[in-house]
Amino acid sequence: MSGPVVMKSGDVPRYAPGERVTHWIVAITFVLLALSGLAFFHPAFWSLTAVLGGGVWSRILHPYVGVVMFVFFGLMALKYWKDNLIQPYDRAWQKRLPDILNNNDHGLPEIDKYNIGQKQLFLAWVVSMVLLLVSGVVMWRDVASFPVPVIRIASVVHAIAAVVMILGFIVHVYSAIFWVRGSMRAMTRGTVTHGWAKHHHPLWYRRVTGGGK
Amino acid sequence: MALQSLNVTKRSATTTQPPSVRTAEEPVAKLIDVSKCIGCKACQVACMQWNDLRDEVGTNVGVYDNPSNLTDQSWTVMRFAEYSKPDGDMEWLIRKDGCMHCEDPGCLKACPSPGAIVKYANGIVDFISDNCIGCGYCVAGCPFDVPRISKKDSKAYKCTLCSDRVAVGLEPACVKTCPTGAIQYGAKTDMVLRAEKRVGDLKERGFQKAALYNPAGVGGTHVMYVLQHGDDPERYSGLPSNPSISPWVSVWKGAAKPLASLAIGLAMLGAFFHYVTRGPKDEHAEGESK
Ligand code: HEM
Ligand code: SF4
Repeated sequence: MSGPVVMKSGDVPRYAPGERVTHWIVAITFVLLALSGLAFFHPAFWSLTAVLGGGVWSRILHPYVGVVMFVFFGLMALKYWKDNLIQPYDRAWQKRLPDILNNNDHGLPEIDKYNIGQKQLFLAWVVSMVLLLVSGVVMWRDVASFPVPVIRIASVVHAIAAVVMILGFIVHVYSAIFWVRGSMRAMTRGTVTHGWAKHHHPLWYRRVTGGGK
Repeated sequence: MALQSLNVTKRSATTTQPPSVRTAEEPVAKLIDVSKCIGCKACQVACMQWNDLRDEVGTNVGVYDNPSNLTDQSWTVMRFAEYSKPDGDMEWLIRKDGCMHCEDPGCLKACPSPGAIVKYANGIVDFISDNCIGCGYCVAGCPFDVPRISKKDSKAYKCTLCSDRVAVGLEPACVKTCPTGAIQYGAKTDMVLRAEKRVGDLKERGFQKAALYNPAGVGGTHVMYVLQHGDDPERYSGLPSNPSISPWVSVWKGAAKPLASLAIGLAMLGAFFHYVTRGPKDEHAEGESK
């Protein structure tokens, strides 16, 4: 998309301000949805309805928050679609997964902006998001009235898609905040270090810096 | 809140034991003898009056059903089926529809709000509107399509079996008012005996297939019918012949809950122990950057 950037300062730009805002809207709405959703899902989580102001408010607000998330998530999905197509070198990279999990990154195949784990997560989220929206609208009694058998199926689909998304979210947050050092600033300040970019995403690094030092 | 004088055996979205210190609460039942019902709708009126409900004056839809369906204001409606017998005769089958008070209530199983639906030890399934959040899961859970969400307050309503009257030793309003004795109320064991006797009478009078409707698929019900044609409940305006909680609801509110909670817990623990055993990934450690 953007051509090679001539880097003067020490950092490599990764996410523009608009991208970061979009991401954090998705993240905040997701957390609200996951917590209020879990509250409906299992009695053990009922107290989480407090997050949106109690049971009745959760029931009222959850679907609206969901629509907001869907819209902003959709923007992200469109924007990052191309970067998340799986390439042959991703497969080669994936073969080294045990090493990667052991933090042994020596001689890893070179990859672009995202690794295959991120790409698969991206795909899982896109699919879950669509399923969540469709099933969520079917369950939304304030705006829709579908036949009861359809609502039953939608309820199961909604729960499964939500759990898939939450499991992905746990991996995502763990990797971003705790595991892969230096990732968080990509989404907070918008840039990463040359070292981070070269190490984790060498093809992308050369693409955006024109092969720079 | 649930009625203070009654034991509760099941409480929605609750994993601990509900109030249950009282002794000697016998399961009750309402027995509706379809073969005795004349369709006068006195029970519908009694229900409105006791529960202080006033449905909108509807329009005539070409049959006697009015209102034409259960609503948040009409917890019971008479359904009039015109059945053409093979010999050309017409048979008028009039069924008083409403909550069946299942022994294994799908509404309660589906409800996510703690204590919004309770089942008393006497078998009555009651909606505690105060705790209702208006999600409508009970509608999806019910095999009989009974609960209705009010447009006014977004809460679910249905027949209470007059739990408030029953709690103080009165019979339900519909039972009290029925002029033909088609609705009876009492201990469930007595009602089953009476029904069996009546079924025997009906068989003698030529209704070979007469039967008691107390469907096992939902563990039996605390509202039962005597049907002249017990072999074909569907004939009575679509009374399900073998109702049970939908497998979708069972998966959603059964296996999915522990499995998903476990998966989420394991994922978090997995991430935590990955950090504890492997630690963070740091590109500088390998001296690749300058
Ligand atoms: C609140 C916790 C969250 C944190 C801390 C977080 C952190 C991050 C970080 C650091 C990145 C950049 C990764 C990189 O540059 O390689 C990122 C990217 C991304 N995030 Fe999040 N995020 C959160 C929630 C979410 C949620 C809820 C979603 C959607 C369900 C989401 C979807 C994405 C997507 C699609 C990307 C683009 C990268 C890709 O394709 O994998 N994030 N996030
Ligand atoms: S008939 Fe429906 S509303 Fe009544 S107890 Fe059974 S599941 Fe609940």
